[in-house]
Amino acid sequence: MNASAARYIADIGGRLEQLIGQPDPGASAEMLTLGEEILEHWVRARGKEPTGDEREGFRLLALHRQGADKDPSFNACRETCRELAYHYNLLTLQPDHEESVQRARMMALVANHLYLFISGKMETAGLGEFCCSSKPIRTGLTGGVDGNRSAQ
Amino acid sequence: MSDKQTKTSREKYAEVAYYPGCALEGTGHAYNRSTKALGKALGLKLKEVDNWNCCGAMEVKNIDPKLQTYLSSRVMSIAANKMKMDVVMAPCNGCYHNLKRAEWDLQNDDKSKEVVGRLSQKAGHETYQAGQVETIHALDWIKDGIGEDGLKQRVKNSLKGVKIANYYGCMYTRPRHIFPEKDAGAGSESTSKPHFMDDLLAAAGAENVDFPLKTACCGGAHTLSDSDTSTRLVANILQTAEAAGAEVIATECPTCHSGLEMHQIRAEKTLGIKTSVKIIYFTQLLGLALGLKPRTVGLQENVSDSFAYVKEKGLA
Repeated sequence: MNASAARYIADIGGRLEQLIGQPDPGASAEMLTLGEEILEHWVRARGKEPTGDEREGFRLLALHRQGADKDPSFNACRETCRELAYHYNLLTLQPDHEESVQRARMMALVANHLYLFISGKMETAGLGEFCCSSKPIRTGLTGGVDGNRSAQ
Repeated sequence: MSDKQTKTSREKYAEVAYYPGCALEGTGHAYNRSTKALGKALGLKLKEVDNWNCCGAMEVKNIDPKLQTYLSSRVMSIAANKMKMDVVMAPCNGCYHNLKRAEWDLQNDDKSKEVVGRLSQKAGHETYQAGQVETIHALDWIKDGIGEDGLKQRVKNSLKGVKIANYYGCMYTRPRHIFPEKDAGAGSESTSKPHFMDDLLAAAGAENVDFPLKTACCGGAHTLSDSDTSTRLVANILQTAEAAGAEVIATECPTCHSGLEMHQIRAEKTLGIKTSVKIIYFTQLLGLALGLKPRTVGLQENVSDSFAYVKEKGLA
């Protein structure tokens, strides 16, 4: 497991909240990485090793494609990933643009949507470890929120 | 070449079979009202599908997809065989999606054909054959039945100064393979960056903002089973729209619309996230632009209260 995958997905959400509140045009690479980490969580939770490949120049898009394998509903975040890549391009190709701060805010909001979509999907499916207290729920030790969730 | 093939979209869409679907008789009634009022104002005729049934929605589809195919095919069969219509217009993204999916299944899946044939026989109506009707969305209906120029000519109250984020939801363009007419070159709708609603509202004078979550998930499917996720997703959509400079989110789906409205309130109550962006159907906005009264387009039926806003903008 690489260092990035060791971070709880909820911590990624926390960092994104900071970036929404204090948008930083210099954090475009970090936001792209956060997007990749979110997708890594999804891929790992489904028992696969996250790809290192790129698609259209972005690992993010390759990870999305990997995450959507045999799960077409995952394509509901396809355009969110593409918007993230688009905003990354805007910020890196035009770093001194007068709307850089606004673009950084939008990129953080888009990344946050990816986080909310995937963390919500994982929670509903009982996948992954979204926080340290999730494990008992996930493994059925507490019976889960509905009292009969089976172990994953 | 048959008459059906030689007719232009403008001719074909002048009178269509109207499939409102269940939501437009309930939570989405304002969409029903405004769609009918808009059609009337534009001279486009709607003939409601006789004795229509549920399209199979998510509930049936999740349990038995073939049964959903049959239910959607029955609607198209009535339109084609009983009403002799060429086009079915469904304003709800869920209905539109399901009818398009049924069309695709009946073109490509022998098992679906067999099930639909068997159930149609049992139910005592003609079996729908793929290609008998063209299913369109309300956006196609206005865009291709009237067009931006036609709309501009009819505008009485410009939407000038109304800043809009256009929200299409996730079912209008997905999955791509069931919408062969999209991504088909100039003038067609895009599945990655849909623009028909943007085009129509711009023609009515509105200022569309650059909104990156046009097709993002609103958590609609989880609104009952996991309300908190839905609330967080909607809150992010609303905040993004406001950050993009929007005063209004225009919608074209009753499920998305009611989800945005309900979770806007819930986000404030449960998460302390207050947003003031108004949520209005595109048919209501176009109706107001054509000079229809707010009540005629059902603004009073929206949960999101936009009366003061439309008055301020000179639309009421």
